[in-house]
Amino acid sequence: MRNLTAIILFCLVLLPAPLLIQSDFWITWLTLALFYAYLGQAWNLLGGYGGQFSFGHALFFGTGAYCTAILQIHFGLNAWGGFVLAAIAAGLVGAGTGWLVFRYGLRGSYFALVTLAFAEVFRILANSFEFTGAGVGLLVPLQPGFAQMQFETKAGFFWLLLALVGACLLFTYWLQNARFGARLMAVRENEDAARALGVDPFDTKLRAITASGAIAGSAGAVYVQLFLYIDPNIAYGPAMSVEALLVPIIGGLGTIFGPVLGAFALHAIAEIGRLAFGDAPGLNLVLYGILLVLMVLFLPNGLFGLGKVSFGLGSLRRLFKGGAHA
Amino acid sequence: MLEVSRLSKRFGGLVATNDVSFTIQEGSISALIGPNGAGKTTIFAQISGFHRPDAGDIRFNGRSLVGLTPEKICLLGIARTFQIVQPFAGLNVRENIAVGAHLRRAGRRAALEHAEAIAHRVGLGPQLDKPAAALTVAGRKRLELAKALATDPKLLLLDEVMAGLNPAEIDEIIPIIRGIRQSGVTILLIEHVMRAVMNLSDHAWVLNNGALIASGTPSQIAANPQVIEAYLGHGAAARMQAQIQEARHA
Ligand SMILES: Nc1ncnc2c1ncn2[C@@H]1O[C@H](COP(=O)(O)OP(=O)(O)O)[C@@H](O)[C@H]1O
Ligand SMILES: [Mg+2]
Repeated sequence: MRNLTAIILFCLVLLPAPLLIQSDFWITWLTLALFYAYLGQAWNLLGGYGGQFSFGHALFFGTGAYCTAILQIHFGLNAWGGFVLAAIAAGLVGAGTGWLVFRYGLRGSYFALVTLAFAEVFRILANSFEFTGAGVGLLVPLQPGFAQMQFETKAGFFWLLLALVGACLLFTYWLQNARFGARLMAVRENEDAARALGVDPFDTKLRAITASGAIAGSAGAVYVQLFLYIDPNIAYGPAMSVEALLVPIIGGLGTIFGPVLGAFALHAIAEIGRLAFGDAPGLNLVLYGILLVLMVLFLPNGLFGLGKVSFGLGSLRRLFKGGAHA
Repeated sequence: MLEVSRLSKRFGGLVATNDVSFTIQEGSISALIGPNGAGKTTIFAQISGFHRPDAGDIRFNGRSLVGLTPEKICLLGIARTFQIVQPFAGLNVRENIAVGAHLRRAGRRAALEHAEAIAHRVGLGPQLDKPAAALTVAGRKRLELAKALATDPKLLLLDEVMAGLNPAEIDEIIPIIRGIRQSGVTILLIEHVMRAVMNLSDHAWVLNNGALIASGTPSQIAANPQVIEAYLGHGAAARMQAQIQEARHA
């Protein structure tokens, strides 16, 4: 219940932001933070709640991005239709990956490496075909307006992403209170114990990777409308995969608000890095690598874990105050 | 209810289960006893689908379980506990038990209510909100029992749920297990605590080196000094007689 209130509050507070903030820079900043939160939410579903750490979520993101771009360019499909089909296509890629990987019981680092390899294979494929624009990439025509999911103002994209992040927050809230979520977390904690209680780990993980892939794919579809361009490195390169996993790890794995918190923090840090060191290529990845090591070493529960600690301190303080009154 | 016939399982050169046959009657409490390494847990693993037997058959209400997955067997109504407890460490006690409760309850509220009822039944009521990782040994054993019980099994396989408990804790858990049987659940237990075996079970089998070497009521087995000397170690017969006396007087 408290979580539901927090979700509604979060959306209500951010809703008027484009009307209050006049600076384009800050609206874009917020929009991108929301975009990475959305991508992180997709990863968190499988990695945070299911315990399956993917190093290749670009596989789903890129599939969604290419799907919508190709359908728009070659078949003149509407961007909203592309968005839906991107989610379906990436969900199918997720299901296929899951079927292969989980069927053979690959877990932990093996799972991570296979997802990484699959993303790489797709990157090479996207580099070699005509209809994906090969190495040149695809330019999506500019057609401003709501109908093509390209908005005339910066506020439009902001609200679209806020709606998507909000929907994902609600989905995660549902997950925490549903049988599927209970089973997913049981599989994460102890697969054998889960099986002994009638949970089918294969089925559970397959559903999770399908949903996670679909959400990441829909993020790819939004990305294409936002930047009007996609190429194999953006779509299937490691940068997107790293962002997807870093955001929930920084914010708090397997928590509702972890990815949102992580995306804002990561994005702020990246911005500061850019101000301090300029736009040197690859610098972001170096920074992210350092961050990841620091998080794993010092804050394994993410920023959200930090919040819990301070909650703990808060109640401790209250306890002492109560003691003084008594 | 459960018919195990000519069950065999090897691990490399080791024969862990050697041509084992036994039948469990509905509504009974039966015990499987024998020294460490005798192969008791391996039999549970085969009944519950975690290990596939090399030979033989396991029938539950006439249906063969060989080749079924653990989750399918659980759905059919057989739940097991693990000798080495397997809590969902990151979840609290209520959530742990609810995973089992969800097997036959789709709704979260129904599952949580069932989990709470089960927790009270096994004496975990006060610890519902505790993280599973924070429980004592006795608490973890109870949690193991509660999770399995929450799946509404017809047959419950309990693997040394009293190991590591002190006598007072054992005294608390014996009536709980008896209560579970009274509610209509058939029970097969592996136990080293002879007092519990004597107190609870209608029938017992003795396993050694993978093979059954004796069967009967607990007192029949306990009265068989040959069996005891040979398979529970030197001097065990005398120890056991003393325990039986103690159990009778209790
Ligand atoms: N997965 C396994 N792989 C190889 N050997 C095993 C395995 N599980 C059990 N064993 C061996 O099988 C024998 C019986 O083990 P177990 O069934 O655990 O005995 P008990 O429960 O009666 O103490 C032991 O010698 C044990 O080392
Ligand atoms: Mg054992």
